Amino acid sequence: MIRGLLTPGFLTGLFIVLFWVLCALFGPWLEPMDPYRDDLMNALAPPSAAHWFGTDQIGRDIFSRIIAGARPILSVAPAATLLATLCGTSLGLITGYAGGWVDAVLSRLIEVILALPLIVVALLVLVALGPSSLNVTIVIALVFTPIIARTVRSAVIGECKLDYVPAAALRDEGALHIMSVEILPNILPPILVEVTVRLGYAIFTVASLSFLGFGVQPPSPDWGLTIAENYGLIVGGYGWTVGFAALATASLVVGVNLVAEGLEEAVR
Amino acid sequence: MAAPALCVTNLSVSYGKTAILRDVSLTVEAGECFGLVGESGCGKSTAAFAVMRALPPAGRITGGSIAMDGQDVLALKRHELRQLWARRVSMVYQDPSRALNPTLTVGAQLMEAFAVLGLTGTRERAEAMLAKVQIPSPTRVMGVYPHQLSGGTQQRVVIAMALAKDPVLLVLDEPTTGLDATVEAEILDLVEALRREAGTAVLLISHNLPMVARMCDRIGVLYAGSLVEQGPAAALLRSPRHPYTARLISCLPGGGRRKEDGPLQTIAGQLPGPGMALAACVFAPRCDRAEDKCQSVPPAESWVDHHMAKCHFEPSVSTPADALLDDLGPAEGARAPVLVAKSLSKTFGATRAVHDVTFELAAGETLGLVGESGSGKTTLARLLLGLNRPDPGGTILLDGVALGPNLASRSRAQRQAIQIIFQNPDSALNRAHRVRYILGRPLGKLAGASGRALTTAIAELARNVRLGEAHLAMRPRALSGGLKQRVAIARAFAGRPRVVLCDEPTSALDVSVQAAILNLLAGLQRREQVAYVFISHDLAVVRYLADRIAVMYLGHMLEIGPAEEVLTGPHHPYTAALVSAATAATRVRLKGEIPGPGEVQGGCIFQKNCPRKIGPVCETLAPPFDPESVHPVRCHIPWGELPVVG
Repeated sequence: MIRGLLTPGFLTGLFIVLFWVLCALFGPWLEPMDPYRDDLMNALAPPSAAHWFGTDQIGRDIFSRIIAGARPILSVAPAATLLATLCGTSLGLITGYAGGWVDAVLSRLIEVILALPLIVVALLVLVALGPSSLNVTIVIALVFTPIIARTVRSAVIGECKLDYVPAAALRDEGALHIMSVEILPNILPPILVEVTVRLGYAIFTVASLSFLGFGVQPPSPDWGLTIAENYGLIVGGYGWTVGFAALATASLVVGVNLVAEGLEEAVR
Repeated sequence: MAAPALCVTNLSVSYGKTAILRDVSLTVEAGECFGLVGESGCGKSTAAFAVMRALPPAGRITGGSIAMDGQDVLALKRHELRQLWARRVSMVYQDPSRALNPTLTVGAQLMEAFAVLGLTGTRERAEAMLAKVQIPSPTRVMGVYPHQLSGGTQQRVVIAMALAKDPVLLVLDEPTTGLDATVEAEILDLVEALRREAGTAVLLISHNLPMVARMCDRIGVLYAGSLVEQGPAAALLRSPRHPYTARLISCLPGGGRRKEDGPLQTIAGQLPGPGMALAACVFAPRCDRAEDKCQSVPPAESWVDHHMAKCHFEPSVSTPADALLDDLGPAEGARAPVLVAKSLSKTFGATRAVHDVTFELAAGETLGLVGESGSGKTTLARLLLGLNRPDPGGTILLDGVALGPNLASRSRAQRQAIQIIFQNPDSALNRAHRVRYILGRPLGKLAGASGRALTTAIAELARNVRLGEAHLAMRPRALSGGLKQRVAIARAFAGRPRVVLCDEPTSALDVSVQAAILNLLAGLQRREQVAYVFISHDLAVVRYLADRIAVMYLGHMLEIGPAEEVLTGPHHPYTAALVSAATAATRVRLKGEIPGPGEVQGGCIFQKNCPRKIGPVCETLAPPFDPESVHPVRCHIPWGELPVVG
């Protein structure tokens, strides 16, 4: 399987993702300048030798802010995805294995959450709880759990048709053992693929929520926030203030999706 | 003299770099039926597709020539090849539900077969063809979709489409796998009748040697991609000239053999998989007559009277029987019943899957459970296991103690006492676990072993089923079908059960592997005094292993009694049909279609199909059935007038 994994697409995606992870981890050592230091004399300067990506409205170096912006997004999105995976997998295992009324009730609940538009739910929750990284993490996990649960449930139902599941029941295994030790190892490949795809969506959602003002607050160098603060300037010809943040977000999402595709190919 | 329908000379086929067929030469004369026999991995399906030049993209014909009706197939261009497929050669596949387009009606598909030939009046022709393949009410079936038909009827439709063009050659690739015995018999009769009428040549590909022997004029035996023997059917079976054929025939549990007569012969070693390095004679590693020259010098074809064998030696007069694998010892004396089922029923919605079944099972005894699809045998097994709840009123007694209706209500000892070996070892073993865990877990849970005692117990269990140390560290996907089934058997026996349900344990296995598994089951039964409920559709296997046989039909138990008596008679008319399905001459035919759920309201369940129906009494009065007697038969016909074999 490892050999099937190392396709050009997967490697490109992995390279991009690792680059941003490094930025998130070692940002302070990689930034050429302090991302928070303003320099009003130099505000809105186009890209040049001194400032590779130019400066923003109050003269902060955009290149440093882009590097620093990797951290907020990469601390929230993976955590949210992980939380969603844990909850979604458990929910999927229970509904898929138990069947009957347990499945009927929980599936209807899942469908209700799935029917709600993500941003609306996020806005409602964040208005109620207040915008913060933790709340954004919780909200995204809440909305992604049913999606993962649905995938896991159908994988589990497929496994339950195989004879080793009743064979386990016949030797006195409890439901918990059957779900975690018998079924789970066999459904890991589709879960892995689903998780990676969700991560891409999570990144995009975090950026969207920051854009709407419901994520981290200024003066954070978060990319979504940067776009929100500066998109009015595009008309005036100061596109670089927005463009690089947008490219950074896009590249990270594309990178994650390439990794997901590579995994899916290898798993098949 | 007409050109042969098919003439294959030195054909070699590979997939990528792996050679699948090596130097295969065979000839099918016009109007002749040629059977190609072999076990899994021998390349018979590849041969079928290669002959039609319908190999998948990875397949390449690397040598040899194929001539159909005198025409060189390999030299044809693409559009000429399509004409060949349209007009001269037809194929009938293994799974008819996949061969038919689910989005088109039967009529549309059949008319297409005629339209391609440029004929008019396709609707009338299609209906006439349906009638010719003996499908009842052809006009109605024209407008029906494939999924609404039974497997047997679907296969008839495929045959109708195949014969619409009056082909020179008809290729059948395992056409009756998955069909019931009686349906299989009818399909084969049909092909035989149509063949004689139209003079079509037939290439029949199968792993089922007895069936091929019945149908075919000549037989070819494939092993590891090489045709090791070829000859007239009767001569090949009576006096095979190649050691592999001889061993294959002796592996079959047939001819009235019983387990008391001794273990079946097996072939040592394993079937070579594709791409494995082979000796000069492909069968040398497993042959008990192999010498040094067999490893290095490829055997030439040796012809005697149209009968060819690729062997360095002349056939020996008799093949010695294997030494007993276990010292079986004498069977024990009178045995008390370990399992008693009374009035078991199970209804799923409107369907009565099992109806009022009563029987007893003694320790160390095998009860063979025969029946076709829909008979309820698998449901009955699940009821005994506790995987399904029986309808109220039914009881199951284990050693005199009533069992709870489902697993949760049974004690650990009770759950441990009844185990099952499933049909498909791929699905029965958890592919994520290693064999050591698969065996160790039930030993730990049911037998309570742990630590060093557990390791010893695992080793002993593996030894009992002839698994090696190396196998314990492997995952199921690294094992062959036979080895996987051994693991499944070991797992079933881990908790020292009293009753083991065997749900068609050998039907997914090759003939040579089946013999070893049956020997193993017989040996374990002797040693552990465990009772079997052996479900199978293969009467030869049941006859070998079973002490008593029960026959089921649409959820009703029609008959139960000592094995030999049930098979030879006097027996139920349905049993007569099942037993005679194997022989064309004396076959008892069933009338009509199998009734749907709820169709039969009163009287005998078999009334719609029975060839010996007496009259109105069969429709109004339920036939008597006394479970206490030795050999009860659910029929109105008096004992003396029941059908008998012979």
